[in-house]
Amino acid sequence: MEQRKTAEAAALSDALPDERGHFGPYGGRFVAETLMRPLDELNAAYSRYMKDPEFLAEFDSDLRHYVGRPSPLYYAERLSNQIGGARIYLKREDLNHTGAHKINNTVGQALLAKRMGKQRVIAETGAGQHGVASATVAARFGMECVVYMGAEDIRRQAINVYRMRLLGAEVVPVESGSRTLKDALNEALRDWVTNVDNTFYIIGTVAGPHPYPAMVRDFQTVIGREARVQVLEQTGRLPDALVACVGGGSNAIGLFYPFLGDPDVALYGIEAGGDGLETGRHAAPLCAGKSGVLHGNRTYLMEDTDGQIIETHSISAGLDYPGVGPEHAWLKDSGRARYEVVTDSEALAAFHQLTRLEGIMPALESSHALAYTARLAADMDRDSIIVVNLSGRGDKDIQTVADLEGIKV
Amino acid sequence: MSRIKARFRELGEQQRKALIPYVTAGDPQPDVTVPLLHALVAAGADLIEIGVPFSDPMADGPVIQAACERALVHHVSLHDVLDMVREFRSTDATTPVILMGYLNPIEVWGYEGFARGADEAGVDGVLTVDMPPEEADNLIQALHARSLDAIFLLAPTSSEERMRKISQMASGFIYYVSFKGVTGANRLDVDAVADKLGEIRGCTDLPLGVGFGIRDPESAAQVARVADAVVVGSALVGKVAGLVDHPEAIPAELAATVAAMRAAIDLQSTT
Repeated sequence: MEQRKTAEAAALSDALPDERGHFGPYGGRFVAETLMRPLDELNAAYSRYMKDPEFLAEFDSDLRHYVGRPSPLYYAERLSNQIGGARIYLKREDLNHTGAHKINNTVGQALLAKRMGKQRVIAETGAGQHGVASATVAARFGMECVVYMGAEDIRRQAINVYRMRLLGAEVVPVESGSRTLKDALNEALRDWVTNVDNTFYIIGTVAGPHPYPAMVRDFQTVIGREARVQVLEQTGRLPDALVACVGGGSNAIGLFYPFLGDPDVALYGIEAGGDGLETGRHAAPLCAGKSGVLHGNRTYLMEDTDGQIIETHSISAGLDYPGVGPEHAWLKDSGRARYEVVTDSEALAAFHQLTRLEGIMPALESSHALAYTARLAADMDRDSIIVVNLSGRGDKDIQTVADLEGIKV
Repeated sequence: MSRIKARFRELGEQQRKALIPYVTAGDPQPDVTVPLLHALVAAGADLIEIGVPFSDPMADGPVIQAACERALVHHVSLHDVLDMVREFRSTDATTPVILMGYLNPIEVWGYEGFARGADEAGVDGVLTVDMPPEEADNLIQALHARSLDAIFLLAPTSSEERMRKISQMASGFIYYVSFKGVTGANRLDVDAVADKLGEIRGCTDLPLGVGFGIRDPESAAQVARVADAVVVGSALVGKVAGLVDHPEAIPAELAATVAAMRAAIDLQSTT
């Protein structure tokens, strides 16, 4: 019964979104009228080029020679031994150029921008990883790049701000609202509506108005396609579980998507539990939010009873967002994927654990997935296999970790 | 006949153009709003647009964003906004009131419950900025069941096909966004607006309102020459921002601005 349900959900999700961008009741296109035509134009270009062998060949070539793909699938033996349960494999997206999975998507969108004749790209960023990835591809393609970043995040992520400026991008501080990622997204949408003729908006996650959730997913599924081949090569079988952190959810969808049709592969998306769900200070819309409409799509949101979006909290700036990609909302409701939370302190412990046992310093975002993996693996036997998406490297978080521990660097 | 339709018919018979001021409900504090609405009507407003505060006003420029933030300090909710409309209605039975805002507060309330509440409070039309017609079937149904007008936007980027489709779904009037950009920007090009309004008139008999970028009596009069209604938002809300420490002065100050625009609009229609 359970199995049939997941198989049905997988078959459905394979055909999603529908032509207007719906994943069941979620997704869609909720924007002001001015943006409807540019979104139609983007959708037409995306639909055309995703079937164009030349475009796909260029994308593949860039992923290989510029991003450094395929990223390894690494058996974390010492970590697995210490936990004493399932064997844990890490999908090493941290080894990509610029240090995270974000670059897969920005390369894809920049190639699309080039074909659409757009000379200017804009992006929103929270921790700065998507901003850096956007500034990077803009530098490579000789495009003007403007990155919107909450003033609060600029303060927290000074190194990434400087990195973007070195790459030639203009970083615009956003002073409205809570001065974090959601406000940066609002400001990027305002820029786009104003400069729509020459500007391509590179959204960094699987959220936003159609076609962004589907398009970003398609650019990120290289993660899961590689992982599938690699795990079969190394172990001779499919994994029992996949684990990935979920902010907007692009690294998770990228890993999950090629496995949706494998009902025996359990999918776990891990949201930021912040100080704990019971405190209300978290960023876990799937686990503790409700359905609503924000940033162009219907999805689970952190909102109050009046429908105002509420401020989120996470140790990890990349997960500090009140919404989530609509396909995750759908996967949750359909039961195909499960969503759980990990608190700030659990994530921090997992950061140290992987650093000390494997010599790999994970991003605080990815540390959420690692913390849940440790919980999951402990209850599984030695023959079980878990693949975790190590979505980014932790260098950017060293200052945060030191501050939390009262250490002056 | 709806109040909006009746008002436009009356204006048409007098060969006058409508002036529609916009203010954000509860800005800078809740007790200012109802007296302000009455003052705007006394100064010559034909219809009133009330902004429902939202935490993430993506289509608005800095002036209206700040207004939303000021109102949300007081937790002004959609329910509170309807209470303000109810109070306004108790002494003004004729001026049409349009709610303008974003979808999520309505989504959270539920379309039918909201439509009932809005109707009972005396609202006449609803403009939901981030609700394009493609997604609007259920909301329109709920609004129409309560005889509320569903007002939609058209923009410089709207194709003829969309103009036709939106004209069929809209009632009351159509709100034409004068330029590509956010509210309050300084990008108004009246000739371009006139051209596009000509195209839209080929698709609909509904009155056409124009908003975004109308900042003074002169631009109001220019737009009134080509449109049926002139919507003024940021130019008024910006004055509220300057008077947060003197809220008692807000109704008179905004009324003076509206009166000047009213005079300029009426002057152009007689010349």
